[in-house]
Amino acid sequence: MMRMIRPMLMPHRLVLIALAVALAVWCALTLRWDWLPKYLPLAMQGLWRTVWLLVASTVLGFLLAVPLGFAQAVGPWYLSTPARVFCTLIRGTPLLLQIWLLYYGLGSVFPQIDGIRDSVLWPYLRQAWPYALLALTLSFAGYEGEVMRGAFSGVNRGQLEAARAFGMPRFTLFRRIWLPQAINNVLPTLGGETILQLKATPLVATITVVEIFAVSSRVRQDTFVIYEPLLLLALVYMVIAGLIALAFRWLENRVPTRRPGN
Amino acid sequence: MEGLLDLLGLAKSAELLSLSPPGWGMNLLRGLGKSLQIAFGAFGFGLVIGLFGAYGKLYGGPVIRDLLAIYTTVVRAVPELVLILILYFVGTDLINQAAEALGYGRVEISGVAAGIWVLGVVQGAYSTEVLRGAILAVPQGQIEAARAFGMPPVMLMRRVTIPAMLSFALPGLANLWLIATKDTALLAVVGFSELTLETRQAASSTRAYFTFFLAAGALYLMVTLMSSALFQLLERRSRRGQPSLKGAGR
Repeated sequence: MMRMIRPMLMPHRLVLIALAVALAVWCALTLRWDWLPKYLPLAMQGLWRTVWLLVASTVLGFLLAVPLGFAQAVGPWYLSTPARVFCTLIRGTPLLLQIWLLYYGLGSVFPQIDGIRDSVLWPYLRQAWPYALLALTLSFAGYEGEVMRGAFSGVNRGQLEAARAFGMPRFTLFRRIWLPQAINNVLPTLGGETILQLKATPLVATITVVEIFAVSSRVRQDTFVIYEPLLLLALVYMVIAGLIALAFRWLENRVPTRRPGN
Repeated sequence: MEGLLDLLGLAKSAELLSLSPPGWGMNLLRGLGKSLQIAFGAFGFGLVIGLFGAYGKLYGGPVIRDLLAIYTTVVRAVPELVLILILYFVGTDLINQAAEALGYGRVEISGVAAGIWVLGVVQGAYSTEVLRGAILAVPQGQIEAARAFGMPPVMLMRRVTIPAMLSFALPGLANLWLIATKDTALLAVVGFSELTLETRQAASSTRAYFTFFLAAGALYLMVTLMSSALFQLLERRSRRGQPSLKGAGR
C-alpha cells in the first residue's frame, strides 16, 4: 500500500492533485447539473446496456476467435484462407460501416423474405440490438482471431509433443494444454482489446440502441447542456476502462508464471 | 462487359455506382478523397504531437511527464466518439470566442480542419507511446557517441535518433495510420461528409444499402491493403543494413 502512496506524495504531484481536486469542485459547483436527477434512471439503464453489450460481444467474439485463430495457425488451407480473409475484411473496414451495413442492409432485406414476419424471430429482427450485438461480436472476433493466431503458434512445441507422448487424445490436448497456454500468453493483449471494445460500443448509438452514449446525446438535444453530459460520460468510460484493466491484472496474477529475474 | 454484368445481376448496381450523375460513384470518390485528406492531416498532426510527447516523456521534467501521462491515459481510455464530440465543441467554442473578441462575427469551421484537429489529438496520444518505445529501443551508445562528438540536440535528433528509431517505430506507425483511416468514419457522426456519410446518404436515397455499403467497404479495404504494402516496403528500406533476424532464435 505504501508503495502506491509514496509516489503520490512528491511535491509536484501534490500540486497537480490539488489542482485536479479544485477543478472537480469547480465543475461540481458552477456547471449545470440540474438535469441529472431527471435523466439518472435512463442513464443507469444505458449504462447497464453498455456493459451488457460489452460482456456479451467480448464473450461471443472470443468464442468465435478461438476457431478463427486456430484455423489460421495450424489449419489446412481450406480453413485457414477463409479465416484470414474474414480477419482482413473486418480489420480493413471501419466498424461504423460494418454496423450500418448489417443494420440497414440486412434490415432492408429481411422484410422481403416470405414468412419471416410470422416467424418467432421477427420480434427480435425488428429491433436494433441484435444487429449491434452481431456487428460488435464479429468485429471483436476479427481482431481477436489475429491475436489468437499468434498465441496458438507461440505455444511451446515441447509441451505439445510431451502431451502427445503421453497419448493424450487430440481434443484433450487442445483443451488442457494448447488453449490454456495460448490464453495465458495473450491475457495482457486481451485486456487492451477489451478496452478497445468498450470504446467501440458507443457506435451502436447510431442505430438507435439506447446505451449510455445515446443517453448523453439525448440530454444534449433536450436541454442544450453540451459539456456536462459529455464530461460525465468520459468519466464513466474511464471508470469502466479502469475496472477492466484491474480485472485483467487480477486474472494475470492468478496464473502462476515464472518471470525472468525471480 | 455489360453482358457479364447482366449475367451476374449486377447491372443495377453498376448503374448506381457509375461516375456520371445518375450514379453515385463520384460522391463516394469525393468522400474517399476527403477521408484520405483528413487521415493524412490527422496522422501528420499526431506525429508532431507524438514526437514532442515522446521527448517530453523521456527527457521532460516531472510535471511535464505527469501531464503527458494523464493525456495519453485519458485519450486511450475514453471512446474516440466522445473525444471527438468534446474536442469538436471545445474547438468551435474557442475559435468563436476568439473571433468575437477580435471583432469578427461567428465563423464557420471547415469540416476538414475540425476533423484533423480532433483526430490529430487522439492520434497524438497513441503516437507518443509508439515513438517513446522506439526511441528507447535505440542503443544508448549511439546517442552517447553523438553527444560525445558535441552534436547539438536537434542535430542529434535529426541525424541519429530519428533514423535509428524508424525501423522500430514503423510497425506501430503503420498500425496508427490504419486506425486513422478507419477513425475518419467516426466524423460521420458529427455530420461531416466523408466516405461513410456520403455512402449512407447515397444508400438511403436509393434504398440500395448493400450495394453502397459494400462498395465503400471495398474502397476502405483497398486503402488499407495498399498502405500495408507501402509500409512493408518502407520498413524493409528502413531496416537496410541491419542483420536479418531470420532463424536467430534457433
